[in-house]
Amino acid sequence: MGIYLPIAEMSVNILVLLAMGGAVGFLSGMFGVGGGFLITPLLIFYNIPPAIAVATGANQVVASSISGALYHFKRGTLDVKLGMILLAGGVVGSSLGVYVFALLRSIGQLDLFVSLLYVFLLGSVGGMMMVESVRALRRSAGGQVYSLRKPGQHNWIHRLPLKMRFRTSKLFVSVIPVLGLGAIIGFLASIMGVGGGFIMVPALIYLLKVPANVVVGTSLFQIVFVAGYTTVVHAATNQTVDIVLAFILMIGGVAGAQYGAMAGQKLRSEQLRALLALLVIAVAARLALDLFVPPESVYSLAPFGEV
Amino acid sequence: MVFAMFARILSAWLALWLVPATALAQPHTDRLIIQPRESIQIGLSTDRVAITSDFSGADLTIFGALENIDPLVARQGRYDVVVVLEGPARVSVVRRKSRVLGMWMNTEWHSFVNVPASYSMATTRAPQDIATPEVYRQMALGIDNIYLRPADPTLDPETLAAFTAALRDRKRAEGLFVSRAGGVQFLSQNMFRANLALAPSVPVGVHRARAFLFKQGVFVGETSANLTISKAGMEQYIYNAARNQSLLYGLFAVLLAVATGWAGRIIFRKD
Repeated sequence: MGIYLPIAEMSVNILVLLAMGGAVGFLSGMFGVGGGFLITPLLIFYNIPPAIAVATGANQVVASSISGALYHFKRGTLDVKLGMILLAGGVVGSSLGVYVFALLRSIGQLDLFVSLLYVFLLGSVGGMMMVESVRALRRSAGGQVYSLRKPGQHNWIHRLPLKMRFRTSKLFVSVIPVLGLGAIIGFLASIMGVGGGFIMVPALIYLLKVPANVVVGTSLFQIVFVAGYTTVVHAATNQTVDIVLAFILMIGGVAGAQYGAMAGQKLRSEQLRALLALLVIAVAARLALDLFVPPESVYSLAPFGEV
Repeated sequence: MVFAMFARILSAWLALWLVPATALAQPHTDRLIIQPRESIQIGLSTDRVAITSDFSGADLTIFGALENIDPLVARQGRYDVVVVLEGPARVSVVRRKSRVLGMWMNTEWHSFVNVPASYSMATTRAPQDIATPEVYRQMALGIDNIYLRPADPTLDPETLAAFTAALRDRKRAEGLFVSRAGGVQFLSQNMFRANLALAPSVPVGVHRARAFLFKQGVFVGETSANLTISKAGMEQYIYNAARNQSLLYGLFAVLLAVATGWAGRIIFRKD
């Protein structure tokens, strides 16, 4: 069943898109991630121009994260003050990202840059997650209790100036790393079309030592707003948000996420992390393959609107 | 009123005197009057094709007629028709990848101006059976003869040749440059029907349909008509909104995402 995408100006199969959204939604529900890092590469594999895949991916992230953000907001398991500072950094990072995006597009290097970023980030994050989860699995097999947070330890981040108190997180930390982290996430959101949870969550836990109970909520809070902001800026400057494409993905994603969450409850968290790590590495490997394997033709035409 | 009538009579009277004068000035025109040349006409059933939400490429049918044909030549099947639908002219950028640190990246690119965004051709027979390559070249007719002008006129001939060939090749691969031998069929001695392919990614804008008549390998007549391809209804609305009201469009996209996420939460509520 074909459907014409008005912005991408191409005809695609609506069932393939629904399945794609559903599968990613299932995985994101299962692992508690936004799924942007899967949607964007999948769209690129499906021959959607990367510029449109990225901007539309950011739009889809809003839909897939809002439900979780609302859940945590209701429960009070999020640090609004910390989220706001992260968001301030995110807006700056996202604006810079959209500018770099337009620049790369005009010189024909956007596709390469997007792929490289994906391969680098997914490869390293997936690798680290894999190592960590395998260790955790071994430890739990040995019967040891393992806690991610070690409150007694302080690192260089806690010696930076401009300290601010975050009551919900029971933290007294400099705003510089918080703003910086927000900016990095915002930049990645606009260039990769991801929410950035896969970087945000470990950074909050390991770098800022945010308590585990507010990490996910705060991360989702920031992601919803940064992804929303990124969508608007992409739409306004690059006109690359395809609302029809985004909507189909959202429908599939929202439905899939519910079943994924149910499936996720049946698995242990270390197992989940190991599986997610595998998935992340697989996506990175597939993208890397495209970079190194000789293309079918060394010539290509710049999509209309990129010149 | 009276003055207009007088003017009309005066001009008709003047024309009576002027026609023989021009005929004398150009003596070959009276030969045409004695033995009129063949001509070709086409008619489009519509001057507007709408791209709807289920559009995945289409066939466009153009009907046409030949006038003043020589019945003997027609019986021998020595009249040939070539119909071309040419998309709006655009700037086209061709990029070439090469290996850098083992990765394939775009390292060289050149732009071409006034490249037809699409070019769909239909012919009565295989093009080489209709006329000689020389004829096509002179008329800039056919995918291999579309005139491609580089934006940089100082481009060296070797690179230019490689990039123009690549441009045609990529356009063919995208289904935007198509040639169909047998796409034009004669319905009677002087009526024909052309089936042209519209690619799923056919560009919107004003397209130009041109029909060429060949008699025993010699070009004898040409005609053209315009056709607008546009997005229909919802598609058009979304496209326009994204272009002209881009900020509002972006805000709406976010709102839609929030609403969809919210609706999903209500439908599948567990907490």
